[in-house]
Amino acid sequence: MLKPGGPAAKQLVILSGKGGSGKTSVCAAFCHLASLSERARAVLIDADVDASNLELVVAPHRVEEHEFSGGQLAVINPALCAGCGICADVCRFEAVLEWESIYTVNPIACEGCAACQTQCPEDAIHMEPQVAGRWFRSDSRYGPLFHAALTPGAENSGKLVALVKQLAGQMAIDNAYPLMIVDGPPGIGCPVIAAVSGADLAVIVAEPTVSGIADMQRILRTVEHFNVSALVCINKADIYTAGREEIEVFCGDKGLAIAGRIPFDLAVPEAMSQGEPITVYEPGGRVSQALHETWEHVLAVLNNTRRSDETD
Amino acid sequence: MIIAVASGKGGTGKTTIATSLALVLASHRSVCFLDCDVEAPNAHLFLEPMLDVRKLAVLPVPQIDQARCQHQGTCAKVCQFNAIAIAGETVLVFPDLCHGCGSCMLNCPAGAIIEQPHRLGILESGRANTGIRFARGVLDIGQPLAVPVIRQLKQWFRPRPDETVIIDAPPGTSCPTVESLQGADYALLVTEPTPFGLHDLRLAYELTRELGLPTGVIINRDGIGDSGTRDFCASVDLPVLLHIPLDRALTEGLAQGVPLVALRPQYTAHLWRVLAMIGHRLRETAC
Repeated sequence: MLKPGGPAAKQLVILSGKGGSGKTSVCAAFCHLASLSERARAVLIDADVDASNLELVVAPHRVEEHEFSGGQLAVINPALCAGCGICADVCRFEAVLEWESIYTVNPIACEGCAACQTQCPEDAIHMEPQVAGRWFRSDSRYGPLFHAALTPGAENSGKLVALVKQLAGQMAIDNAYPLMIVDGPPGIGCPVIAAVSGADLAVIVAEPTVSGIADMQRILRTVEHFNVSALVCINKADIYTAGREEIEVFCGDKGLAIAGRIPFDLAVPEAMSQGEPITVYEPGGRVSQALHETWEHVLAVLNNTRRSDETD
Repeated sequence: MIIAVASGKGGTGKTTIATSLALVLASHRSVCFLDCDVEAPNAHLFLEPMLDVRKLAVLPVPQIDQARCQHQGTCAKVCQFNAIAIAGETVLVFPDLCHGCGSCMLNCPAGAIIEQPHRLGILESGRANTGIRFARGVLDIGQPLAVPVIRQLKQWFRPRPDETVIIDAPPGTSCPTVESLQGADYALLVTEPTPFGLHDLRLAYELTRELGLPTGVIINRDGIGDSGTRDFCASVDLPVLLHIPLDRALTEGLAQGVPLVALRPQYTAHLWRVLAMIGHRLRETAC
């Protein structure tokens, strides 16, 4: 059983490797279903800080909004610059631009490493902290929501994910929430690693397509690399039978349970357009039924996972 | 001409469009295809190149010569990424946090730092029997940094002067997408007419505008969702170059790895027109 008031909330993360496989639609349904039972009250986190969509289906009301300062940029003071070009020589990111011995930094290419600043003989370079995005705490109809918006083109998405997860974790402890539900970003890189880190269970939403299967295998290996156990949920399970069977065989060989098979149904994008989880939009529909069963499976597995800080 | 196919939201059909654009072009021109979605590379499943050339993508990370180290801690101080820590007499390096900038080496007063290659992933290239020259990067499992793999892929696999280049970019709007779009002449954003698609299209358009890239849109799975995406494009004068209606049989075919133009031959002409419109737009810019 999930115990309110425990040392820390359990973390469930929804991932897929491939984008657009239905992570957020599945996650929104889980957020709704979790809110129906006291033992699964959850703090919600949207860890897709590039393209945060969970807020579009949980009707949040913003309570707090803060700037996220991530990274820094080199700035050359033209009054002090002697035009020696050492900055351009040491920069490995081709971020220093030169025009007739006038040097300037391309903010999009600058990595913020400060190598140029340390080497400038005229002390003409300083580092300016950057606002790389914003983070928000909202009240939603299914529980508190922590979400963020990275400035398009900005770096440090992993740090922003880690920050919102840390804030959400604190809120869960302070208010005895037994669960955190994390809507993860696509891919397997930096923000995904931040989303996976510390999770108790990952649900991998996989499409039975050649691309979906390849990406599912990569995200499963990523999750395994960070010692997080995983369940697979096959979305649009009926669009390609051979693909579905391939996922089932793959998971069978790996000893991974299939938490659910969700049919392809246009009610899902309709629900999204109405700003509702599918389990609210069409509660008796076949997608909702499949998601109810999936959620029960996930919850049962989550109740049996034990945090390393728990004892008998 | 370099066309980057991108999108804010994942799974909108970037790879579907990018691979079929390449196939349409390949019957008339020399084509170079770069799969820059190094976290989830899938274009090879549709273009079937023979990937017979490989190179490791590596990052130069510091290695400390403990015998020469004078324990002044300069390396840890100058590192902006917390990749170096001093523990008593020992200098600890965390390769997963290192960005390979070389600042520690430049600043070490004792000259006690050299660099060692740290593997991030692999670069692969080869030709498909359609004549397309293909390359992709594959980020290793557990590696956080996609950007250097993309950067090295683009440095390693240079297009020839006569080639048209198609770039399959990763989803999102953060640094891996920016790295993929660098140097492109045109950004083709693939979206779907849903609130998620619209939300992420706005962000992607904000990015391509900031990069100063001429931009056009393809609306995929037209018929689901609502008119919000279309209205947005009209309101900011963002040209919609093609609508692809939702078609369950098409979805099933793509699931099996069959390219769009093989499943629906009429898209050969549609995509040729998209290319012509892009070419026309770029000629206008040049004037």
